[in-house]
Amino acid sequence: MRRDSGVDLYTQGLDSLGKDCLRDEAEESGTFEQRFQTRVDAEEKIEPKDWMPEAYRRTLIRQISQHAHSEIVGMLPEGNWITRAPSLLRKTILIAKVQDEGGHGAYLYSATETLGVSRDELIGQLLEGKAKYSSIFNYPTPTWADVGAIGWLVDGAAIMNQVPLCRCSYGPYARAMVRICKEESFHQRQGYEIMMRLSRGTTAQKDMAQQALNRWWWPSLMMFGPSDAESKHSAQSMRWKIKRFSNDELRQKFVDYTVPQAEFLGLTIPDPDLRRDEAAQHYRFGTIDWNEFEQVLKGHGPCNRERLEARRRAHDEGRWVRDAAIAHAAKQAARKNSRAA
Amino acid sequence: MMPHCAYVLRIADTSLILAQRLGEWVGHAPAIEEDLGLANVSLDLLGQARMLLSYAGELEGRGRSEDDLAYLREESEFLNATLVEQPNGDFGQTVVRQFLVDAWQLELYEQLLESKDPRLAEIAAKAVKETRYHLRYSAGWLVRLGDGTDESHARVQDALTRLWPLTGELFSTDEVDREIAQAGIGPAAEALLPGWSARVAAVFAEARLAAPVMSPFSWHGKQGRHSEHLGFVLAEMQSLHRAHPGATW
Ligand SMILES: [Fe+2]
Ligand SMILES: [Fe+2]
Repeated sequence: MRRDSGVDLYTQGLDSLGKDCLRDEAEESGTFEQRFQTRVDAEEKIEPKDWMPEAYRRTLIRQISQHAHSEIVGMLPEGNWITRAPSLLRKTILIAKVQDEGGHGAYLYSATETLGVSRDELIGQLLEGKAKYSSIFNYPTPTWADVGAIGWLVDGAAIMNQVPLCRCSYGPYARAMVRICKEESFHQRQGYEIMMRLSRGTTAQKDMAQQALNRWWWPSLMMFGPSDAESKHSAQSMRWKIKRFSNDELRQKFVDYTVPQAEFLGLTIPDPDLRRDEAAQHYRFGTIDWNEFEQVLKGHGPCNRERLEARRRAHDEGRWVRDAAIAHAAKQAARKNSRAA
Repeated sequence: MMPHCAYVLRIADTSLILAQRLGEWVGHAPAIEEDLGLANVSLDLLGQARMLLSYAGELEGRGRSEDDLAYLREESEFLNATLVEQPNGDFGQTVVRQFLVDAWQLELYEQLLESKDPRLAEIAAKAVKETRYHLRYSAGWLVRLGDGTDESHARVQDALTRLWPLTGELFSTDEVDREIAQAGIGPAAEALLPGWSARVAAVFAEARLAAPVMSPFSWHGKQGRHSEHLGFVLAEMQSLHRAHPGATW
């Protein structure tokens, strides 16, 4: 089964290139195209004012905006625990983390704007349900340990995906990723520390940590997107140096990195097929339930509806505020003009 | 409880409960910038609360930590101003509440710079810088909303009418305040009124807002007598911590 190219999320978005884009490609001038590819091959950065193939621009818009949406929607599952964080230090760290994600969103929307699409337009697409965001954020956070598991696994997987993007051929995206990756690695460490405290804590805390790992392990592996055999646009993205590693390579790297961490915590990865392959120096893992992945993508995950509703509510209830800000700015400008006249 | 400790707890709890209220907004604000802005203010207030709670714990001398004080006290032991426990309402009501408190905290921290208690003076020195920024943020929004559209004007004027009666408490000097003022530790509550009134009036004028008349009844949150809202704030804030007695996080 081939997966639709709409399967472009957050970090999963690395395959993104619509069929429509391929058509335009042919129409573009060969010389420009060649010069562009030569620059990309030489690891030069492409900047907003530079010529670029229309398909490259559209791929980037889709990928970066999906990444931005994921940051914004991603504020919700953890934000859920701000008011109940179990210590003032944890509350501080959590607010700062959720705030960072909002900052990432704003920063990435700005990067997308350099490609000629406004933030308002992109947010409109998200609220109308036309844009994708990482499916991982459609899972619930019923306990405090879910906050730890998200930091450890979800931010951990995001780092695996995003570190190579720091060398992305498109300058503004690459620079945004440098800054974002620094913060994500903070988040990952803080999440791991939560898990550490829990797994060294009371029986109830340890149990809470294990349950959260059980909930987040498989969705985290799904964050890397469909397997290479199913992923049809990787080659072009690789050639454009938007993508550097395949989904399966990154997924394997994540598993190799994370399994020893789980062992150190004394927690069990919920995969009976997980085993060490000494010869290959890898951990081999069981089969991912791609059906679940598809279902969550199609909107049938546990929290898809709630997440979008929360974003829509914030947007709708904030309209009068945004309108007032615009009206006030206009009045200010008018008053200034009439004084000047 | 000795007045010194009670006084520090009043300031601490006011910051803590307001931080808690602002935390409810994060992820749900009218624009990303406001998610970030409200989170910033919340974080600063939380930082103030943590320093002050730790200090109150030391003054009390019973070995209670910031978390013991935040998570294991009962509603009647919280000494925050009643104003900060009021629900967020819409963004306008949050802005009005924030503005009224920011202007008060700025007066307070400025005067605490001169405190004979070096610890309080030190905390105030950090807090005063943060509070100036908070006031710029809330005053900026109050002017935008007051001056913006008919709807926004009506909403913030309404919020002001609702919250104004809760400001009386901030300036009514009681026994604790008197002792604190006599010891040179902090200003008498009423001493903050002239500066606060002047700041508030200036921004109201710019925001085209009318200050309601002060109503005679004053709340007494700083004496542990609260509105109906604090119980719910604490029930939520303390739930997980209390469900696992003695656990570390
Ligand atoms: Fe992020
Ligand atoms: Fe993060």
